[in-house]
Amino acid sequence: MSIYAIFNNLPALLVVVPLLLSPIAALIPIGRLAWVVALVGSGVSVIVAILLCSVTASGIRITYFMGNWPPPWGIEFVVDSATSLTVMVMTTLAFLATLFAGRALSAEIAAKDVGKAYSAWLLACGGLYGLVMTADAFNLFVFLEISALASVILIALGAGRDRRALIAAYNYLVIGAVGATFYVIGVGFIYAVTGSLNMADLADRIPEVEAGSIVFIGFGFMVAGMLVKAAVFPVHIWLPAAYSYAPSAVSTLLAAIATKAAIYVLARIVFTIFGGVPEVTALALEWVVVPLSIAGIFGGTIMAIYERDLKKMLAFSSIAQIGYITLGIGIATGAGIAAGFIHIGNHALIKGGLFMAVGGIFLATGSRVSVMSMTGIGRKMPLTATAFLICGLSLIGLPLTAGFISKLYLVRALLDNDNLVIVGLVLASSALSVMYLWKIVEVMWVRPAPVDALEINERPALYIPLWIIAIANIWLGLDASWLVGAAEAAAASLLGAGG
Amino acid sequence: MTEMTPLMTPLMSGETGIVIGLLVPLLVGLLTPFLAVRSLWRDAAGPLGAVVTFVAALHVAGAVLAGETPRLHLLEFAEGLSFEFAVTPLGALFGLVASGLWIAAGLFSVGYMRGNHEKHQTRFAAFYAVAVHAALAIAWSGNLLVLFVFYEILTFSTFPLVTHKESRAARDAGRLYMSILVGTSVVLLLPAVIYVWVKTGTLDFVPGGILAGHVTPAALPWLLACFAFGIGKAALMPFHRWLPAAMVAPTPVSALLHAVAVVKAGVFTMLTVVVYVFGIDFLADNAGSDWLVWLASFTILASSFVAISKDDLKARLAYSTISQLSYIVLGAAIATSIAAQGAALHIVMHAAGKITLFFCAGAIYVRAHLTKISELDGQGREMPLVFIAFFLGALSIIGIPPLGGSWSKFYLMLGAMERDLLIVLFVLGLSSLLNIYYLLEPVQRAFFRAKVKQVEVASHPLTVIPPVATAILSVLLFFYVDLINGLAELVAG
Amino acid sequence: MMNEAPLAVILAENWNYLVVITLMMSGLFIVISRFNLVKKLVGLSIFQTSVFLFYISVGKVAGGTAPIITGDPDTLYSNPLPHVLILTAIVVGVATTALGLALVLRIHAAFGSIEEDEVLAMKAEDGLPRVRRILEQQGDRLGDRQEQAGVEGEAEK
Repeated sequence: MSIYAIFNNLPALLVVVPLLLSPIAALIPIGRLAWVVALVGSGVSVIVAILLCSVTASGIRITYFMGNWPPPWGIEFVVDSATSLTVMVMTTLAFLATLFAGRALSAEIAAKDVGKAYSAWLLACGGLYGLVMTADAFNLFVFLEISALASVILIALGAGRDRRALIAAYNYLVIGAVGATFYVIGVGFIYAVTGSLNMADLADRIPEVEAGSIVFIGFGFMVAGMLVKAAVFPVHIWLPAAYSYAPSAVSTLLAAIATKAAIYVLARIVFTIFGGVPEVTALALEWVVVPLSIAGIFGGTIMAIYERDLKKMLAFSSIAQIGYITLGIGIATGAGIAAGFIHIGNHALIKGGLFMAVGGIFLATGSRVSVMSMTGIGRKMPLTATAFLICGLSLIGLPLTAGFISKLYLVRALLDNDNLVIVGLVLASSALSVMYLWKIVEVMWVRPAPVDALEINERPALYIPLWIIAIANIWLGLDASWLVGAAEAAAASLLGAGG
Repeated sequence: MTEMTPLMTPLMSGETGIVIGLLVPLLVGLLTPFLAVRSLWRDAAGPLGAVVTFVAALHVAGAVLAGETPRLHLLEFAEGLSFEFAVTPLGALFGLVASGLWIAAGLFSVGYMRGNHEKHQTRFAAFYAVAVHAALAIAWSGNLLVLFVFYEILTFSTFPLVTHKESRAARDAGRLYMSILVGTSVVLLLPAVIYVWVKTGTLDFVPGGILAGHVTPAALPWLLACFAFGIGKAALMPFHRWLPAAMVAPTPVSALLHAVAVVKAGVFTMLTVVVYVFGIDFLADNAGSDWLVWLASFTILASSFVAISKDDLKARLAYSTISQLSYIVLGAAIATSIAAQGAALHIVMHAAGKITLFFCAGAIYVRAHLTKISELDGQGREMPLVFIAFFLGALSIIGIPPLGGSWSKFYLMLGAMERDLLIVLFVLGLSSLLNIYYLLEPVQRAFFRAKVKQVEVASHPLTVIPPVATAILSVLLFFYVDLINGLAELVAG
Repeated sequence: MMNEAPLAVILAENWNYLVVITLMMSGLFIVISRFNLVKKLVGLSIFQTSVFLFYISVGKVAGGTAPIITGDPDTLYSNPLPHVLILTAIVVGVATTALGLALVLRIHAAFGSIEEDEVLAMKAEDGLPRVRRILEQQGDRLGDRQEQAGVEGEAEK
């Protein structure tokens, strides 16, 4: 029956549906209709993700052969607990961002470009989902580039409001291309010594390779490439400009899902492909990933404290948060990886919410949102400002919010691993992050609004998805059992699947 | 219900008491913006809610006295951790203090805000109630996790109160307040809590402590240091600066901070951690808290000396609080049952005495807009009731019978003698002498000097009645100390 | 085995890798060091081409012919898989270069220059130089001071 055929092809659907809808959206002249197409695409993705989650929840590891070609000759999509968790987070946030974009995107770009914008939007989403699901090393590069090029287009769309978006998009293009090419070089080395591109197959073959230095070099290139994409310090330089000059809806989408996919791929490379040679990976994790994560955490937080432009401040904050995630993954224990995945989920919610709130304020006040321009906005736009506060409290890790759960599990994983110094550093940076966030809260509520400020109407289309996210932040702060369970299953499957 | 003290008729069980005691302040806080349609409703909601909450707290305390542990389980937070409330004797004590004094503070703040024509009264009343809710949740928390959660909520919910005036000074004070309290709690308290969780697998409060056998004796002083400095609300030096800075807030806020909620939550946490997480015997056997005895003693004396140098009345009271809080920390650090009992008693006695002093400061301000002690000359004739109340409150802090404060000081000295800490006796004695000087100076000036300033701005009876009431309470606590002692004795078993 | 052969022989045997390394480093250097946006893209293309050559040269089988099926069953083919991969990568490279050049056109239209240093100097939205930005920031602090003076004028509460 045809209905069952759909269920058998779920992994492919997740990529195919957005990809197919993308040219349709490009051809539609009416902006609203294009948005509906994008909404349908992201909505279908959410449903597929839920179905995939329900299958993997029972411990099944879905393998899907593209075109029915069996691996290692054909390209395979694999969905296990780690993948389904990441996909669930990504599709949900993409859907909420698409809801938000309905009004937000049309307000920031020319009407004739809206259809093409949603086309790129769908391409980016589809590319990212494929990136996460693929189990073929080269196919990963293809999806990486699909999502990267689509993201470049999306970022460049911000030129309507601020021409610096063009530079940001160009830099992202060049740096991203360099990173992706590094990854391809790495794959080339690995292919040269193993003759295979399938991840599971590589996991079996790599430990048997005698030329250990080539494996090491290949691993290094692959990781370096993904570090660029994941915006780990110090190759994060493309991120602040890209997130801050892009249209608000685009910042929301990218901040929530783009770097998460790259970090997930990083975890896959380290633990699945090279899972059989822990002596190689441990060196890189201990001496590169962990120190860079800590540097990123502090660097990002300190830059955020000194930043006046709100979106740039949030972008630097993202770099710090990405540092937490890669730190958790970098200590390579089950608890650490689980903590990293918990924060992948929570940070997508937090940052997505924050960027949405800033977008709402930006659209309402009509000018670039610097910290000083927001005086008294707490009273003018109470709904948006309160949601910002909730997501901000989650960012600094106030108990009863999602961010606290991430912090709790990360610190616990570090303490379990006896990394007392790193615990101190993590918590010190967390205390520092209160500084930049509280500055905003103070300006929003404690300072009175300027006398000549206009009355602002808050649009439901903008604050409803925002409040869904804010409530999710509190919900996950109270009952994180699903996320924690899924993250621990993800960690188990990552650590168990190698070799 | 087996035994009940004659005061209480069983209206509700201990569990119901917890629910009501937590819900009512929260509801008052959430509904205040809606009740603000009529200022009378908004102003009545606080004291009325306080009365209901106090009744609930009485029942909870009664259940604890009867030997039960009222418990309220909400949800499973993470593995091995549940979000639940479970009342210890110390928690019952603190709950009584917070809810009982809220009645007085609620009435006083109505009088103060009206007498001073303050702005943003609705926001003030709402966050006040939420802060009390957080304090009660801390009091009745069932494990360190719940305690930490509401500890942070208390910090954040008092921020709008501290920055109420919205002036530059208020903003700076707010920043200092947040940086010290959030900084210490995130960097020191949280890892200490998680460390306990990792090492013992639980965060529950158990008489005798949970650390014995899981933590090496060598790590004890360090862990205790993390807790002692992490609990910034206990104002242990050098993390005490937030307290004088917060004096920029209106006096009802100061009263709340110093007597009802914030600092009391701090020392309550300290005492709970020592008694129910570390365990008094485990600490004493391994000398894990000796360093804290010295630091607390130093804080007692140093802040007393600073208090002497302050002319601003509220600043002097702030440093007096820092000193008195270290009494409680000292009692915890001495690590004997008697000392812990003394510390628990002091939570009550100091709360009653200090709130009286702050109420008086507020009444003086409302009436005459005077803030400096040097300006108080001769004002005793204008405000005799206020200054008599101040006198009684001061005596309680100094520790002279027949005021309640003498009991807690007595038990603390007993505890020091038990461990042959004669220097501590000297510290306590010297501190009392210093207290006499700097707390009685305002009274002496008011009654025995000629008037310097002749100012009368406004007056409101609700600023005078509460201090008189709490002053009388301090006297009553001397004679009826058995009621409180019943709980205090149970603290350390 | 490798240790005994002289360096010149090793280099001669692996000349394809030398080409790859030369192109790779040249391309990367151009991307980093050149300010002209078009030149950066040229460097990127060179960089990517080196990777293509890497794959294909690795896939060459000694004595093998191009991996296109002839009728002869005894033909020795080079490894077809790298060729397939590189075809994909070439397409990706083309798309990247096209997008990059389109962006350069837009940048030129918006900024009037395609030299990176000149474009970066025009930081602000309306081309305000750096000095103006610093003054704006100081203006924020000025606003603070004015507000403080105003509040202290009120009665101390």
